[in-house]
Amino acid sequence: MEIKKTSLNKLHQSNKAKFVEFAGYEMPIQYSKGIIEEHKFTRSNSGIFDVSHMGQLFIYGDETLTDELEKIFPLDLKNLKQNCSKYSFLMNEDAGIYDDLIITKIEEGYLIILNAACKDKDFEILSNLLGSKFKMNLDNNRSLIAIQGPKSVEILNSIINGVDQLNFMTGNWFNSDNQKLFVTRSGYTGEDGFEISISNDKAEKFVENLIKKGAQLIGLGARDTLRLEAGLCLYGHELDINKTPVEANLRWAISKSRLSNGGFIGSKKIMNQMQDGASQIRVGIKPEGRLIAREKTKIFNDSDKQIGEITSGTFGPSVNGPIAMGYVDKEFSKVDTKILLEVRGKKHPASVCALPFYKKNYVKGVN
Amino acid sequence: MSEVKFSKEHEWITLEGDVATIGITKHATEMLGDIVFAELPEKGSNVEKDGTAGVVESTKAASDVYTPVSGEVVDTNQAIVDDPSKINEDPEGSAWFFKLKMKDQSEMDSLMNKEEYDKFAKESAS
Repeated sequence: MEIKKTSLNKLHQSNKAKFVEFAGYEMPIQYSKGIIEEHKFTRSNSGIFDVSHMGQLFIYGDETLTDELEKIFPLDLKNLKQNCSKYSFLMNEDAGIYDDLIITKIEEGYLIILNAACKDKDFEILSNLLGSKFKMNLDNNRSLIAIQGPKSVEILNSIINGVDQLNFMTGNWFNSDNQKLFVTRSGYTGEDGFEISISNDKAEKFVENLIKKGAQLIGLGARDTLRLEAGLCLYGHELDINKTPVEANLRWAISKSRLSNGGFIGSKKIMNQMQDGASQIRVGIKPEGRLIAREKTKIFNDSDKQIGEITSGTFGPSVNGPIAMGYVDKEFSKVDTKILLEVRGKKHPASVCALPFYKKNYVKGVN
Repeated sequence: MSEVKFSKEHEWITLEGDVATIGITKHATEMLGDIVFAELPEKGSNVEKDGTAGVVESTKAASDVYTPVSGEVVDTNQAIVDDPSKINEDPEGSAWFFKLKMKDQSEMDSLMNKEEYDKFAKESAS
């Protein structure tokens, strides 16, 4: 199958991107300055991320759409205000996660942002669940640009006036350069920032404009170190069809009002696990010294019994040390529990730690 | 000191008396990206030509470091273990990895000179 390219591919090339294939797309892993510089620039200034490979699913319908979606997602969508967003999951009956996603209530419907590798299957699953009653559009004509970091609000507001008035996890339509953009105050780096849905033919010029104002392009490499420092899950690593939201320590994302009556896909398993606890749970892990423990590294207790596995591990540039996340048996999930990581045949000391590794800088209550 | 020689695994080597100094090439560091971890062989241990003699890790992945010749490890560069970013800064100078007391200096003969290595690196990168 031919590799897919986003509308910013030429711009990546002219900015000397190193490319990798990711979910069938040719995506920039880094630019000439490298992952650590890009990571630090995002934390101190403003980084631009091409996330156009992600799915933008618009679903339109009458009030029955909210009822139907509540049968699928563990969210209180009836009480979700227009232009407000929630983090959620598409699950199977065993609460295994098909995908993690952001759903936003928009005028006459919902916008759901899906992972690139999952979006086509998600569309198929949701189409089967919802039938033909609602208009569903997995929109390939729109790009998705994230701008993240403390200077992002000033830079973006100078191009799209009014975005500074958005609260965290809310969005709205804005007019800029004779077109409608959907902007949300959100992201996946732990920094204040925005995600902008923009038509493909306008995306390159828009990003060039952001660069002129002082933001810089950042690749997927730094996106990964940023999200890991922020303690955020990545589908295919922390999350997959064999993990539930309770095991992933994401019970905060399940609306309390939905737990008493259930009625969403996977609710039985979720309610059981909420009561009895899951046998394994996702934790933060801090290796001692400089050792890096990558995905699939086995975790042991001090009597040589395997008690879990690392799902993501790297060097955290802002933490200035190695960081990891993984799953451990619940009796080892308490903060400060000493564990051992098997790397290249040797066991190395580490401890379970609180997440995030790097304090999140989301804005609260601007209006 | 002898002329600098290079291996197909992107190590460089110089010889002074019977002691070889070994590191990784600038080309290797450019391929790896930001190096954040380095592990070196133990002093006093013996390493065999083309065998592993350390590890470097970038933000992206781990890679083995090989030794282009055999010998006993007589010194290692603790400075690059304490601050691995030095490897990106000066890979073919102060950021050497380890020194070996060579057993058989004829092992140097099969290695590439600078011109041959540059050509090899250029071809293997494309």
